[in-house]
Order: sequence, then C-alpha cells, then structure tokens
Amino acid sequence: MISLNVNGKQHQIDADPNMPLLWAIRDILGLTGTKYGCGAAQCGACTVHMNGEAVRSCVTKLNRAAGQQIVTIEGLSANNNHPLQLAWNELNVPQCGYCQSGQLMSAAVLLRENLNPTDQDIDDAMSGNICRCGTYQRIRAAIHKAAHIQQEAAKI
Amino acid sequence: MSAPLSSIATTKRVVLFTMVSFITVIIMQSFKTETSLKNDDTKPVKDSIGSVKAFMSVYKVLMSPRCMNCHPSGEAPLQGDDSHIHTMNIKRGTDGKGMYAARCSNCHQNENTAGLHMPPGNPKWGLPPAKMKMVFQGRTPHQLALQILDPKQNGGRTKAQLIDHMANDELVGWGWHPGDGRTLPPMSRSAFVAQVKLWIAKGAYAPSAN
Repeated sequence: MISLNVNGKQHQIDADPNMPLLWAIRDILGLTGTKYGCGAAQCGACTVHMNGEAVRSCVTKLNRAAGQQIVTIEGLSANNNHPLQLAWNELNVPQCGYCQSGQLMSAAVLLRENLNPTDQDIDDAMSGNICRCGTYQRIRAAIHKAAHIQQEAAKI
Repeated sequence: MSAPLSSIATTKRVVLFTMVSFITVIIMQSFKTETSLKNDDTKPVKDSIGSVKAFMSVYKVLMSPRCMNCHPSGEAPLQGDDSHIHTMNIKRGTDGKGMYAARCSNCHQNENTAGLHMPPGNPKWGLPPAKMKMVFQGRTPHQLALQILDPKQNGGRTKAQLIDHMANDELVGWGWHPGDGRTLPPMSRSAFVAQVKLWIAKGAYAPSAN
C-alpha cells in the first residue's frame, strides 16, 4: 500500500509504485480536474503541486509522491476563490478548458514566489504549459489581475 | 724477484672479492634505481605535449552533448544530440535548478523516464548556478582548460577535486547512462578519467590559444 496525501486527505492506495501519480489521482481517487495531455512532461496539462512545486504528474511515479503533500486543482482553494480563479472567471480565460487546471497550478507557484510578476516572469514560469486554443494573452492578463487582487487583499 | 705463493693467493682473493663486491653493488644499484623510479611516479613529470594531447581527449568529452547541454553559454539549457535550446523557455534561475513553475525536478525525475524523448533524470539534475556558470559551449580548448583549472571558475576545486568530480560525481556519471535515444560521449568514463589524470599529472597544460 502506498500512502498519499492529496488535498490534505490521507489515502492508502493499492497500486504499483511505478504508476504515474496522474493515474492514481484520476482513476483511483476520482479527482478528474487534472488532465492527461501528452504523458511525456511536454504540455503541462497534468500539473499538480508536490510540496509546493508544480510537478508533472504524468511522469511522477507514485513512489516519489508517497508521503509528500500533493495538491490538485480541486484543492487549490476552499471555495474556488484563489485570486487566480477569480481572475480567470472575470476575464473568461478558458476556451476549451482542457489545459486550464495545469495553467492555474503553474501560475499559483509563480504568484506565490513573485507577488508582482512582469510579462517576462510570466513567460519564464508558464511557457511549459501549452494551450492549443491559444489563450496565452488572456492567461497573461489574468495573472496580472490575480497579482493585483492578491495585493489588494493583503492590504485589508 | 717473484712474490711468495701466499702473497699471490692473497692478491687473487682480494681481486676476486673486489670483483664480487663490484658486481653486487651494481646489482643492488640497479634495484635501487628501479625503486627510486617507482617513488618518483608520485611526482609530476612535466610533459607539455603529452598533457595537451590528453586534454584534447578530455575536451572532446566535455563538448559532447551529454556534458555541454548542461553547460550552455546562455541562460537556457540545451537538449538533444543537436544541442538545441531547451523547449518551454526553461531558464537557469539563481540556483541552476530552474524558475517558478519550471523547476528542473518538476519534469526530470531521480532516474531517466523510460522511452524515446522522455525526460532524462538524476537526483542532481540542473545547470551550474548563476554565480558560477561553468560555461563549456563555445569555449576553445585553450579557454576551457584554463577555466577548468581556475578555482574561481570551477566551483573552487583543486586539481585533486577536479579528478574526483570527473571520476565520481553522480550527475557527471549520468552522461554515460543517458537513457533511450541519446548518444554516449566519445569514450568510456574510465578512459575519460584516465585522460583527465594524465592531463593533470603531466603538468595540466592548456592547449595553445592559436
């Protein structure tokens, strides 16, 4: 049995330690917000947080994830009210939406480490998350907006 | 006037003893010389031509994609046997481990991920840090030799530590276990380390700048 902590909940999973974390999250735990894109760490659709870092769950084996703190898109905020989620809603960022949970999880790491990212910072953080619909301009605008929301919230 | 028989016998014995002693000394001396040569092995025998020749073998390995791709001249790592710039706009970052959501270990695991075009891996995966970039790409043999020998540019390593790094560092060793679809450096690691040792033992000369 493999011990997994996902979104603050402890799970005991009976699975091959070489299984990708993504399959455990989606098929065993039923958390389907995280998407399968390429299976080769090339697109970012499967991005989740492991101990706060934006790892690609399609190539992260269960034996690496065991005992670590995993957060998926379902656990990014309690009420879908992370500044990024608020900004995403306000600017209608998604088109088809398939890549968006990965985009949000990567952007969340950026905003945690850089409270006021420039366009260059956003490019440096987000270029590994591919969007076939080409929503990049809205993603960039939403990250700026989320940074503003976060800064305003900090003043209160 | 002839010498008495006893005197002749004594002279013969002295001559014989002298000859035996002489031969013995020669034999002992020859052993002594061999011993001295062995002891002298620890002392570097300067040989600029041999040293440079050894470094040129070392240089070929260092400039192979398996080594150079993580010692780029820019801020992005390189990929593949054609050493193209890493896709996804990956950057070195301060510690050499990437930036924000694009940290090396987000995709690169502790081991190679199986399959063609899958991320290679090692626990120490990353570039040299921003304050000590250790660039290989674009360096001439002359430049790279001087750089590698300079503790201010080589991570503070002595010559002995350089040899140890080449021989035993886990990430250096990955170059000879690169996973599916990646070519190996042009010689084995043991042959490479032997050339590094030879280069240094013969005086650690840098090839000519011309």
